[in-house]
Amino acid sequence: MTLLNNKPRRPRFERVAIVDRFDIPLLAAVAALLGIGILLVYAATRDWFASFGGDPEYYLKRHALNIIIGLLLAFGTTLIDYRLLRAYTPFLWAAAVLGLIAVLIPGIGATVNGARAWIALPGGLQIQPAELAKIAIIVGMAMVLAEKHDGYEEPQAIDVLQALAVAAIPVLLIVMQPDLGTTAIIGASVVTMIAVSGAQLRWSVGLLALAGIGAFVAIKLGVIAQYQLNRLQSFVDPTADPQSTGYQLRQARITIGSGGLFGKGLFNGPQTNGRFVPEQQTDFIFTVAGEELGFVGCAIIVALYAVILWRAFVIARRANDLFGRLVCLGVTAWFGFQIFENIGMTLGLAPMTGVPLPLLSYGGSSMFATLIGIGLLLNIRARS
Amino acid sequence: MGDRSRYATIFVQILLFSLIAALLGRLFYLQVAATEKYQDAALDIQSRNIVTPATRGMILDSGGKPLALNRVGLVITVDRSILDKEEDRGAASLKATAKALKMSYEEVFGKTRLCGEKVDRALTGGARCWNGSRYQPIPIAIDASEEVALSIVEHAERYPGVSASPQGFRFYPGTEGVNGAHILGYVGPVSEKELANSSPKKYFLNEYLGKAGLEKVYDDELRGTPGVKTIVVDRKESATSVLKESRPIPGNHLVTSIDAKLQAVVERELVAAIYRARSGTVDKKGARKADAGAAVVMDVKTGRILAMASYPTYDPNIWEQGITAKQAKDLYSAQTGVPALSRALQGTFAPASAFKVVSVAAAAKAGYDLNGKYDCPAEFQVGNRTFRNYESKGAGRISLEQGIAISCDTLWYQIAYNEWLKDGGLRPKSNPKDYFYKAAAGFHLGKRTGIDLPSESAGRLADRQWRERWYERNKDFFCNYEKRAKKSQLTPYLIAIAKENCVDGAKIRAGDAVNFAIGQGDTTMTPLQMAQIYSAIANGGTMWKPTVGKAIITPEGKLVSEITPEKIGKLPLSKKTLAFLKKSLRAVVTSGTAKWRFDGMPVAVSGKTGTGEVYGKNLDGSSKDTTSWFASFAPSDAPRYAVVMMVSQGGTGSGTSGPSVRRIYEAIFGVQGQKVIREQAIFPSAPPSQIPRKPVVTKP
Repeated sequence: MTLLNNKPRRPRFERVAIVDRFDIPLLAAVAALLGIGILLVYAATRDWFASFGGDPEYYLKRHALNIIIGLLLAFGTTLIDYRLLRAYTPFLWAAAVLGLIAVLIPGIGATVNGARAWIALPGGLQIQPAELAKIAIIVGMAMVLAEKHDGYEEPQAIDVLQALAVAAIPVLLIVMQPDLGTTAIIGASVVTMIAVSGAQLRWSVGLLALAGIGAFVAIKLGVIAQYQLNRLQSFVDPTADPQSTGYQLRQARITIGSGGLFGKGLFNGPQTNGRFVPEQQTDFIFTVAGEELGFVGCAIIVALYAVILWRAFVIARRANDLFGRLVCLGVTAWFGFQIFENIGMTLGLAPMTGVPLPLLSYGGSSMFATLIGIGLLLNIRARS
Repeated sequence: MGDRSRYATIFVQILLFSLIAALLGRLFYLQVAATEKYQDAALDIQSRNIVTPATRGMILDSGGKPLALNRVGLVITVDRSILDKEEDRGAASLKATAKALKMSYEEVFGKTRLCGEKVDRALTGGARCWNGSRYQPIPIAIDASEEVALSIVEHAERYPGVSASPQGFRFYPGTEGVNGAHILGYVGPVSEKELANSSPKKYFLNEYLGKAGLEKVYDDELRGTPGVKTIVVDRKESATSVLKESRPIPGNHLVTSIDAKLQAVVERELVAAIYRARSGTVDKKGARKADAGAAVVMDVKTGRILAMASYPTYDPNIWEQGITAKQAKDLYSAQTGVPALSRALQGTFAPASAFKVVSVAAAAKAGYDLNGKYDCPAEFQVGNRTFRNYESKGAGRISLEQGIAISCDTLWYQIAYNEWLKDGGLRPKSNPKDYFYKAAAGFHLGKRTGIDLPSESAGRLADRQWRERWYERNKDFFCNYEKRAKKSQLTPYLIAIAKENCVDGAKIRAGDAVNFAIGQGDTTMTPLQMAQIYSAIANGGTMWKPTVGKAIITPEGKLVSEITPEKIGKLPLSKKTLAFLKKSLRAVVTSGTAKWRFDGMPVAVSGKTGTGEVYGKNLDGSSKDTTSWFASFAPSDAPRYAVVMMVSQGGTGSGTSGPSVRRIYEAIFGVQGQKVIREQAIFPSAPPSQIPRKPVVTKP
């Protein structure tokens, strides 16, 4: 620690050198997944748009644009020393909370698939504040948990409560949309961060218990909408709701299973081209990979995610300070749980919720947030 | 980093990588281990079979004239799978369709309901339900006008789920005035049950199958192979590509031995006999009920059916439009005489005196002198019961031949009673001779003829075994008669009979034995069985399996297979007995009971009349009238045709059936008055042996 503290501040002209200090395996995995994602989004949408005379490359182009914007955001994230980010965190957090409030206001928020989660912008653009809120929560919590002690002392009760307060406000707003998938992922990340911050074990255990009781009460009080219960029921018993949710899950499983070892070949999946799986360019993008690329392709995709998680853990271990480590592990938990939730849903391992697959799914907000998250990892890596 | 922090990090690491491992494991299961199951499921989801039914083969008469063919009409169909997805479940669409077709909405609605579906009857206007599956287009009108069809096709948005297309449908043209409903049968859409039971996939949705008659028996030949186009569809059910396609292979034609002209004559003459009986002009006993009847014409040398009719009948084309609930009920209702039942092969009646050919065989075997003289008193006493001749007349001492000719019953009572006594009477020997029962079995009584038509009855041979079985079934009823019987059945006479049955119902009693010898009692036969026996007598003793189908030919005229007649037995008759029988049967027509009906007939006919007593009551409470039988063959010296007619509750054999049988022979041989004019004969020399190679389509 002393050695690190004695390190001289890098002069401004050395910023270019940051690129040299990027994590190559992480970058390679991200690049590979983005490339695969472009192909999958194209495969998922070209026949569909062509069938009614639309531009078959409509989604492809927009997806590519999202990636470019996301990459610029990620690069921007790497430029400012992550330690200085703390200064911006309150603004980021406030912006996220305002966005989350805005979506709840009729006329501003748009409802898609039962959740009021989008803000419609002119030009057909939509923003999902919950995605950006993930970053705000992770950075905000890391800031509070690391604030006073900075590695010398473990967070105390007051710190944990403050950190929970940082998370609680946006999470409550997300619950009101209601977006249970995002809530669950943020919740898992929050518990992870508190656990790895070195706080007393009872905090993490208590939070898990609270989540369980909360879910039970929510169901009993009817806070959770029927369609959400149906989704959960379909997970337990796929025949419970064969018309909608069960249908989707069954179709997803059949589509992936029919891919076999090597898949039907890119653009050649009849299930995909027939659009039997709804939302196949967004939340169900993995079914396209499953059918067209087969087990081999899917295993490669999962392995690439594993590489990202592996690098994230390495970066966290090498981080200079608790703040950096907490941000890293927060992002890692977010990625990890979201990947499992999304792929697990298509495979029948996790209940159905509407969360996108990081780096592969079509959708601007998720892409931006994910790439900013990657940018944070690179930033921390470059400065450790 | 503190310990707590480090352990927590390691725990999170392990957790996340375990989740990744779980994903990989699950992927391996879905995509490698269980992929086959999912590939099948995917194919099931994506592929649809579009079935184009093959053109059904025609049914032709022996000269190639069509008895069943296909007509093309503009058919308006409704697709329930589309209709049911409409917000109003298709009500608007059906209303518009009903208006276009000038039908009532209720009728259209009713027609598009599945037969098993729970629907309020009042809403269907009593209309015919759909006997097929939900996923088939349901025809609601065949033969729609071009104008209506066009407007439906052009304004598809007004008629969702409704379409119009030219389609072939089965049509029975009534060539030469033929009805033929009981021979031809009918076709109907494949039912869900048939679909489920067909394995391996023999039937497809959209197909029509033969459901009765020849249409059913020869369905595999007639139906052909439907064309199947397997397409890949997307979630909106629009086709994206074609997986495979096979063209329909039209069905083969069935050539029958039926002659359309003769069939029409036989049908007409059967009806004439019925009306003759009903008119009450035949004899002093007045009008008869004459509720049903049947007639069979058989080629005695082959067993082929040349014509066969049953009364009452129905229009075979009623099945095509889908049949209304009332029509369906009428077909099977006792009130309307159960028109669906083919009396020729499903109606069983006591054969009465026509049975005496069997008795002659039995007497000959038992050693009675066929050329001897026998007493024919007016009545014969068995115990305390008196058995009389028909009309209670005696004839003195007569030859056996004359006994046959004038149909003396008392002569047979004596013989049968003697034999019954010799076999031990009520205490039967362990090994009775049973000449009568054995002879009857030798004539295949109680045995199906094996004709190529469905649901044939076997009739009943009421021998010792049958009686024992019958007793076992009814013992309880007879022995507890006063408890079990209905009030109206509690007459002293019936109670006495029940008591008697309870005591020795399992045994052949003297009364049963003597009744058996004259074809009365519990023994029954179908008119077809009768024709089979008389053909065998005519041809020298060979029992043929009756056939209607003669050959299968392709639409191009190639012979696929010939349905060859089959010998299934030999009558248990010596040459001498056979010669005696032929002589006696000729005497029936020349000097006996049928003489008055065949005077002046230039073609020699041999035959036997029968007037069967029937026990029981009609629906209106009247006692049942006698069954009129006439079983015959001709020409007597070189027989070729056997003609049998039966009229239920029709009076006497000669009185009611005789003239009609004569007319049938006249048509066959071309008899005009007392002369034979060959050119007018349906068969100038013999039934055609050539098989026509293509349908003879005549302009109406």
